[in-house]
Amino acid sequence: MELLRRIRKHHLAMAGLIILIPMFICALFAPFISFHNPVEPDLKSVLVSPSFSHPFGTDTLGRDVFSRVVYGSRISLLVGFVSVGIAVMIGIIIGAISGYYGGVIDEVIMRFVDLMMCFPTFFLILAVIALLEPSIWNIMIVIGLTSWMGIARLIRAEILSIKSKEYVLAAKAMGFSEYRIIFKHVLPNALSPIYVVATLGIGGAILTESALSFLGIGVQPPTPSWGNILTQAKDNIEVAWWLSLYPGLAIFFTVMGYNLLGEGLRDIFDPRRRYQT
Amino acid sequence: MGEVLSVSGLKKTYEVKKSAFSYKKEVVNAVNGVSFTLERGQTLGIVGESGSGKSTLARCILLLEKPDYGNIVFSGVNLAGITHKQLKKLRKDMQIIFQDPYSSLNPRVKVYDAIAEPVLFHKIAENNQAKDLVTEILKSVGISEDFFHKYPHEMSGGQRQRVAIGRALAVNPALIVADEPVSSLDVSIQAQIINLFMDIKESTKISMLFVSHDLNVVRFISDEIIVMYKGRVVEAGKTDEVFYQPVHPYTQMLIDSIRGGFLNRAGDDAQATGGCAYYPRCDKRQSVCSGEMPELRGDAEHMVACLF
Repeated sequence: MELLRRIRKHHLAMAGLIILIPMFICALFAPFISFHNPVEPDLKSVLVSPSFSHPFGTDTLGRDVFSRVVYGSRISLLVGFVSVGIAVMIGIIIGAISGYYGGVIDEVIMRFVDLMMCFPTFFLILAVIALLEPSIWNIMIVIGLTSWMGIARLIRAEILSIKSKEYVLAAKAMGFSEYRIIFKHVLPNALSPIYVVATLGIGGAILTESALSFLGIGVQPPTPSWGNILTQAKDNIEVAWWLSLYPGLAIFFTVMGYNLLGEGLRDIFDPRRRYQT
Repeated sequence: MGEVLSVSGLKKTYEVKKSAFSYKKEVVNAVNGVSFTLERGQTLGIVGESGSGKSTLARCILLLEKPDYGNIVFSGVNLAGITHKQLKKLRKDMQIIFQDPYSSLNPRVKVYDAIAEPVLFHKIAENNQAKDLVTEILKSVGISEDFFHKYPHEMSGGQRQRVAIGRALAVNPALIVADEPVSSLDVSIQAQIINLFMDIKESTKISMLFVSHDLNVVRFISDEIIVMYKGRVVEAGKTDEVFYQPVHPYTQMLIDSIRGGFLNRAGDDAQATGGCAYYPRCDKRQSVCSGEMPELRGDAEHMVACLF
């Protein structure tokens, strides 16, 4: 794989992957990595500081923080990928229509994008979640629906430049259907910047989810999420530092991992920067 | 014999904003009243320096750009009032080969698939025979089987142009428009590609419109030549007539430039006066030239738009 080979050569992207791969493993093999049940209270060992049997300590209900952080990575991963997936799909479709057809359609769609960008996203999410019941699926959908605009703009710009390329003209001269021209000749060549934005977007989505869960309108306890572990931690921050430190580090490193990987991919896909690394 | 393509009075203008802050628009006549006919199996060369409107003309004929005025009759069908559906059917009968083989092939489509796609789309061959046909086409343009499963970026410019030519041939067109097909290749490759065009010309009944700024390239392959300047035809006729007995000062200068002469462009930006478009640059100009636009005169063998 050409892409993997280039990532290996790029230090930033590689650092991102080195952070992220253990996170993926944690999420996939959570039951094998943590030896305690992440939701079952154990009132005999409340607020135990980090030790061999509880490497990250326990919380106010005696639950193992390590297990909760490990299971929390599943939520973060799910939210990151699903909400960005939704945003990418909407962005590609709207951006492609706007860029390919141009004219009035383009003008209308782009003004709508401007409109969407004017909403303070976080408060829009708060309002929607307040109306609907707070659940992880609602969060993912709302994050997805409020973060597609950048992707749509990017795709539109790519398509504007690609549709005047000669291989697209040649496809038109061949009499191919518009469907075939768009999906076979235009879109595949417009997608590489999406990897970058999507990777950076996953980090952002994880942050948003943590914030929502922290405020108590995201993932509902007892299901562990990095955000709601922190909610509980803030009341005990003076007596149990481990309760806020470890989930905080988990958020920090995961988001950093995605950002590093995203920046690395940006360098790798940008031909002008390709030979500098 | 018979006419494949007949173009009459073709015009295409572009509006160019003078600056980002002004509403004033400048009208550029890219193609200004061009007429010609092309017989079956014949090759017509279109020559002119850059900006003379030859590429625009080529794109208008294939309706990749919409002409403003004039008629294009292709295989007996007038393309002016054609419906979307009719055009779709006609598309495969006229093909284009572009100048830059680096941007005329989809970077994500392998060589074999680039040829197979039109063959299957237009049902030129049944599924099971398509492979043989594609192989035959690629071999005929000089691509060996080692390259069938390579991407365009893994090949040289000459090889890519061969693939582009193969793609145009794949649908059995009646007309191929070659828009500067050798200009971006180096000289030794140019000769090979021109030979390939000669082979195609001899072995098929395909008519060709061969657009180039290089008269020396065009004369080898064309039966007739049109010389364009600023969107107008200034001289037209049989290749030998135009090349060995050029009448128009512009054609004479183009031929001189092949032999190492200097392509004098002084006065190119001068405003049109309503007279001959070439007046500001002409070395044989006289006072009448600035007041009167010369018409194309002469017989089918040789026509020229000059008062002298």
